[in-house]
Amino acid sequence: MSVSKVKKGVREISPLDVYMLLPRTNCGKCGESNCMAFATKLVNREVLLELCKPLIEEEKYGSQYSKLKELLAPPIREVVIGVGETAVKVGGKLVMYRHELTYTNPTPIAIDVTDEMPEDELLKRIERINNLKYTYIGRTIKLDMVAVRSTSNDPAKFKLAVQRVMSTTKLPIILCTFNPDVMKAGLEVAYERRPLIYAATELNWRQMADLALMYNCPLAVFAPNNIGLLKSLTKTLIEYGVEDLLLDPGTFPDEGIADTIMNFTMIRRSACKLGDNLLGFPIIGVPMTAWSLKDAPKEVLQWKEACLAAMLIVRYADLLIMHSLEGWSLLPNLILRANIYTDPRKPVAVEPGLRVYGSPDENSPVLVTSNYALTFFTVQSDIESAGINCYLVVVDTEGYAVESAVAGRKMTAQTVADALKFSGIESKVKHRYVIIPGLAARLSGEIEELTGWKVLVGPRDSSFIQAFLKENWPPKVS
Amino acid sequence: MVERKGGADEGALIKIGPKLLDLLREFGEIELENVEIEAEELEIWIPSATVVTPPAAAPPKVVPAKPMEILKAEFEPPIQTYQGRIVEVKLGATRSEGGTREKVVKIGGEAAPSFYIFEEAPPNPPVISADVFDMEVPLPRAIKMHVQDVIGDPAAWAKLAVDKFGADLVTVHLVSTDPLRKDASPSDAAKTIEKVLQAVKVPVIVGGSGDPKKDAEVFKKIAEVAHGERVMLSSVTLDMAEAGLLGEIAKAAREHGHVILAFTAMDLNQAKELNRKLYDYLPRDSIVMDLTTAALGYGLEYSFTVHERARLAALAGDVELQHPTSSGTTNAWAAREAWLKLGSEWEPRELRGPLWETVTALTLLLAGVDIFMMMHPAAIRTLKEVIGNLYKRGMVKPESIADWVSIKI
Repeated sequence: MSVSKVKKGVREISPLDVYMLLPRTNCGKCGESNCMAFATKLVNREVLLELCKPLIEEEKYGSQYSKLKELLAPPIREVVIGVGETAVKVGGKLVMYRHELTYTNPTPIAIDVTDEMPEDELLKRIERINNLKYTYIGRTIKLDMVAVRSTSNDPAKFKLAVQRVMSTTKLPIILCTFNPDVMKAGLEVAYERRPLIYAATELNWRQMADLALMYNCPLAVFAPNNIGLLKSLTKTLIEYGVEDLLLDPGTFPDEGIADTIMNFTMIRRSACKLGDNLLGFPIIGVPMTAWSLKDAPKEVLQWKEACLAAMLIVRYADLLIMHSLEGWSLLPNLILRANIYTDPRKPVAVEPGLRVYGSPDENSPVLVTSNYALTFFTVQSDIESAGINCYLVVVDTEGYAVESAVAGRKMTAQTVADALKFSGIESKVKHRYVIIPGLAARLSGEIEELTGWKVLVGPRDSSFIQAFLKENWPPKVS
Repeated sequence: MVERKGGADEGALIKIGPKLLDLLREFGEIELENVEIEAEELEIWIPSATVVTPPAAAPPKVVPAKPMEILKAEFEPPIQTYQGRIVEVKLGATRSEGGTREKVVKIGGEAAPSFYIFEEAPPNPPVISADVFDMEVPLPRAIKMHVQDVIGDPAAWAKLAVDKFGADLVTVHLVSTDPLRKDASPSDAAKTIEKVLQAVKVPVIVGGSGDPKKDAEVFKKIAEVAHGERVMLSSVTLDMAEAGLLGEIAKAAREHGHVILAFTAMDLNQAKELNRKLYDYLPRDSIVMDLTTAALGYGLEYSFTVHERARLAALAGDVELQHPTSSGTTNAWAAREAWLKLGSEWEPRELRGPLWETVTALTLLLAGVDIFMMMHPAAIRTLKEVIGNLYKRGMVKPESIADWVSIKI
């Protein structure tokens, strides 16, 4: 297929390109003072085009509206799987590299179950998928989807398993079988939940496409290590009338990592940088293929699966299907996903200054930390959960964590001294003892010289603050 | 403080760490023969020509003329050309080159983003340097159990890291020279480095204490004593430049044939500034950059992005960023999730910890890092294996995963 004209990359669109297609009446209905301001926000993806009421409501703007939609469409199609509040949006990526703007729609992680699992085992697994949760920077991170695999190849068994899954979880479902009869049995019971149909292949694409159209569900396309075939299939399926597609170029463990990473990268670059619409769909990674290495011990497979998942989270996977339900192997990837999908435009610093916890008095401890958001929230949560009455002086380290702030000279005796002074803490306590983070120990001498306060070197991790205070507060007068 | 006091479960945990290591080692040697068997199972799912009938609940949409066969589309790998190339840096020197190393390590030389192997695989594979400390320091238990016999003996530790962990080189952190700790003298530090150079045949990285003034003295002394060995001095900073210490260190490095690691705190403008200052003294092939590694969960995304940006800018032609990079990946252990007991559903932490370090490394591997300074043997082994696998283009057998949907686990 020849791409007639390469569409402008999302970062190449200027506010002026957008402005020229807006009504340019400066009516203010979108909440911005003028159309240029709205155009700028549109380019930065801070507002939705639909906020421009005249554009949508007035017929004369019809063609401008569709041009704008086209101009601002992400190079990777956004596909919704599931319904209601647990529905996940997949893909919708605007850029290839996160520093170009930001990544949208954090990679959902689906965990598999099979239609041959005994009922109690299936229910136990679903319960664990539902309940595995971890609190990270005040957010709950968790698993997102359930993939039901037909290992039986029996429509009746698959249908029963899908029913059981549906009755025990609200999470979106992926129906996994290459047999259209089996798929149909699953869809008959699940279609109202808008499951993902996995997958159309070179052999079954017509039947799968019919099912996708009939039930109005998104369809995955599977062509292991064959991007040419993948493209041919998406071309065919688009012509066939299926719009919500996802691509699976195959995830290969061990020595297959080279081609796997290469395929994911080539697909994403073709879509984002060369405007190849046939590859402009979300990519599915299946780290659970690590489990096809059958004779290895389970910990090794969990480990290998986690490593594959990490590499694919970094390299463009928009959806992952995994098998291990072990917290130790899932947590690093749940956190990695949260990290990679953090908006690089948002500040990661909190306001420096004084924080007060509980009801401290003039004899209460004074602690110091950095203003990197994660450090601050971690320290705060440790103080609060331990019910400590104290003052916390947040130093302006320009958003660096303590260790890097000390190494990068953002937390110095001087910045600590300034923070103490401007916090007004001197008038709140009558002692002159300050507890600094263990990772800033090397600053103690200088801080004492500069401020006249005695320094107590606190723990290296704030989870030990309570234990530290028990041992060291009130300070022993020397 | 990083290490917690041993609990009742200590015995059990100590077993699992080395066991995993054995497992990973053995597993690396298993051939993939058994996977091929699955190709035969493919037959099972070849679909029958079923006519699908629409259910009453959802009537079919009316769609115009549908294709009856696959419409062919061509795919061309999206190859790009780059103006820039990363400088190649050699660490270590053999006898014929003026040193005593039996193995030298070359890094850099890339002319494409990290592992865009459809364009070009990195000409020199990324390498792993194991961290060695010259005195007892707080270590997470998951690491300590692998090195407890060699703590306090940097030469033995270095040997263990090379022989048993498979490190390509070692970084000796001269923590004892810190004026706030033992304040060991530059000549004591030099003796330690000499011992390590005798104990291992691989190149050596010399880590300072982080005190700019003291590091300058220590680096100068070691540059002299290790003349010709092409060690890497880790690291110099803009603070050293401000304090007027940079020139003398860089001159010593040049005079005695060493490499310098330039550390900046996640800021490419500062990285460029420091490199410009170093160009006054050193050839470009003697400079490596440390752009700061934050732990997974504690700012890894900034490290990832600063490395990705640096590499893309270098390839686009920014000569001041055309240097290989080094990552203090051991920083991964600064994340409490790497070592803290979190509740039974997240255990065992003896696996979670090394995986934390591994994931931190893998993330930066794909951003273009050339040297990984690491600690846990399982993390080192995994990264090495992944790097090896990333070169094995064209080895996949599509049939090996074609029926992943129905594999029985």
